[in-house]
Amino acid sequence: MSKEKLVEIKNLKQHFKTGRHSVVKAVDGLTFDIYKGETFGLVGESGCGKSTTGRTIIRLYDATDGEVIFGGENVHNKKNKADLKKFNREMQMIFQDPYASLNPRMKVEDIIAEGIDIHELVNSPQERKKRVHELLETVGLNKEHANRYPHEFSGGQRQRIGIARALAVKPSFIIADEPISALDVSIQAQVVNLMKQLQRENDLTYLFIAHDLSMVKYISDRIGVMYFGKLVELADADELYKHPMHPYTQSLLSAIPLPDPDYERNRVRKGYDPNQHDTSEEPEFREVRPNHWVLCTTKEMEHYKKEHATV
Amino acid sequence: MEKLLQVNNLKVSFDTYGGEVQAVRGVNFEVNKGETLAIVGESGSGKSVTTKALMRLIPQPPGRIKEGEILFEGKDLAKYSEKQMQKIRGKDISMIFQDPMTSLNPTMKIGNQIMEGLVKHQKMSKSQAKKRAIELMELVGLPDAANRVNQYPHQFSGGQRQRVVVAIALACNPKLLIADEPTTALDVTIQAQILELMKDIQKKTDSAIIFITHDLGVVANVADRVAVMYAGKIVEIGTVDEIFYNPKHPYTWGLLGSMPSLDSADDELYAIPGTPPDLLNPPKGDAFAARNEYAMKIDMEQEPPMFKVSDTHYAATWLLHENAPDIAPPPAIQRRMEKMSRDVQYQTKGDRP
Repeated sequence: MSKEKLVEIKNLKQHFKTGRHSVVKAVDGLTFDIYKGETFGLVGESGCGKSTTGRTIIRLYDATDGEVIFGGENVHNKKNKADLKKFNREMQMIFQDPYASLNPRMKVEDIIAEGIDIHELVNSPQERKKRVHELLETVGLNKEHANRYPHEFSGGQRQRIGIARALAVKPSFIIADEPISALDVSIQAQVVNLMKQLQRENDLTYLFIAHDLSMVKYISDRIGVMYFGKLVELADADELYKHPMHPYTQSLLSAIPLPDPDYERNRVRKGYDPNQHDTSEEPEFREVRPNHWVLCTTKEMEHYKKEHATV
Repeated sequence: MEKLLQVNNLKVSFDTYGGEVQAVRGVNFEVNKGETLAIVGESGSGKSVTTKALMRLIPQPPGRIKEGEILFEGKDLAKYSEKQMQKIRGKDISMIFQDPMTSLNPTMKIGNQIMEGLVKHQKMSKSQAKKRAIELMELVGLPDAANRVNQYPHQFSGGQRQRVVVAIALACNPKLLIADEPTTALDVTIQAQILELMKDIQKKTDSAIIFITHDLGVVANVADRVAVMYAGKIVEIGTVDEIFYNPKHPYTWGLLGSMPSLDSADDELYAIPGTPPDLLNPPKGDAFAARNEYAMKIDMEQEPPMFKVSDTHYAATWLLHENAPDIAPPPAIQRRMEKMSRDVQYQTKGDRP
């Protein structure tokens, strides 16, 4: 895979004021890169700030601090509308809840074509219709669906509409915020297969946010694990699952139930105690093995290195 | 094993303006004392409706139990009056609901919610009940119970609230516990805790559990036996090993294949095409036929009966008929089956404990 950086996130912070003196640090100093053509998985428990990260990257929130650099330009510096519009075309989002993210009063055709209209990508109504029909077919629906309303569709079909809408403006980067959590198991596989196929065909880059770790492992090239607004570990998907180093990652992995009764009978769950860390210095994000980063202190790094040296 | 519950040919329908929705279309199963039966299936497959019918919690109208028997310790609950049912609910059969955020009363102290059943069914005095409530809270792993008993639901986190719901369900030592997706709304780490808690308590109290979920990982973790539901019917039922390592029904293949395993290769997931059928007009023949790539002509015309695979394992698919062609299941399922045969070899050689 090419190692060209598409998105660089530098020390991103998103703090929400919840009272006069209380601040929720939803995202607290994130730094990572997303390479062109890859799928970057972001996992963590609810409330760890993974959705906020996605929403801040696409500028649904204004960042408290830090930079998001997309294709060489800082997203959060753009002030004038034309610049923003150009950026919006490149970056799109697929939302979690296919029931809440489609306007119930709009026809599917208009939902999908909204971006096309805003960016004036077509010249005539016929062309617009043609493009919508193409998109519907790309995501496995048919063109008769264009004149219907969202309530006439099932959850999986709605998520397909959401994907068609995101694809409409031909973006290069898509943020998928738990795109399959609200769907049934059999439908989840359909949507994941579709997303993988679209990625191959259109050279897309994904930021895939989820809490379902087995699905994330399946779809992602690299995975970042978040805990209370911070990345605690970042590595290639296989590496992370084979050699989880941070105790939080280990506890998270040991908690996933697998569809294998034999494995389940022998599963040992690890707990995580945030106090088990070395507190002699402030932990930093360090590269313990090639391309495997862990939030740790120097002492802990030595320990991790020793522990995983032989394998 | 002693039989606790037997359900015979249960049919539940809802009368709507559009017509009769046949949510449950003839379900048969039994639950033995002390075991866990998991019911899996997609949303709309009738798994929740089945268990709500067991508790007689189907709102009437529009719903009604059309046919069938629910034999609980030999007595037919389907014929019970509402008054009689109230003596059963929460005492002999209790339920854990999916969403801990909505199944607790926000205006009532936690302690009072746990005490309710104790006072009603076990005729305890308030002070006795409160003592017992604190014990229960300790049992489900809520720290500082003596103080927290006077707190309100909003002062608890999601996982803690689900523990409270478990405590309420366990208050009267029910013989049967129905858990309707008890961990779906929770994070994996909390989910693991709640599952461990339920298994622990089952060991102590020897109650039977019916566990509804669509997460096959959870099923593998908790279940002794598994029933797979599709379009209002049980299409396959067997022990957990039989269902996971020797599945016979194409729908079960689809469910198992659509979940990536952590060590699976990067090949395409096996997705079941299409969507479940409309139960307003259930299709003729096998309800799964339209989504089944192995469907034969007879699937379109006639519903398959339950074929016997072993004493504990039954599946409703024509593929098991003696005249059916031999069909190789998808690769992901074959890998599972190989594992099973390996295990059997191990067992005969005695290599494994």
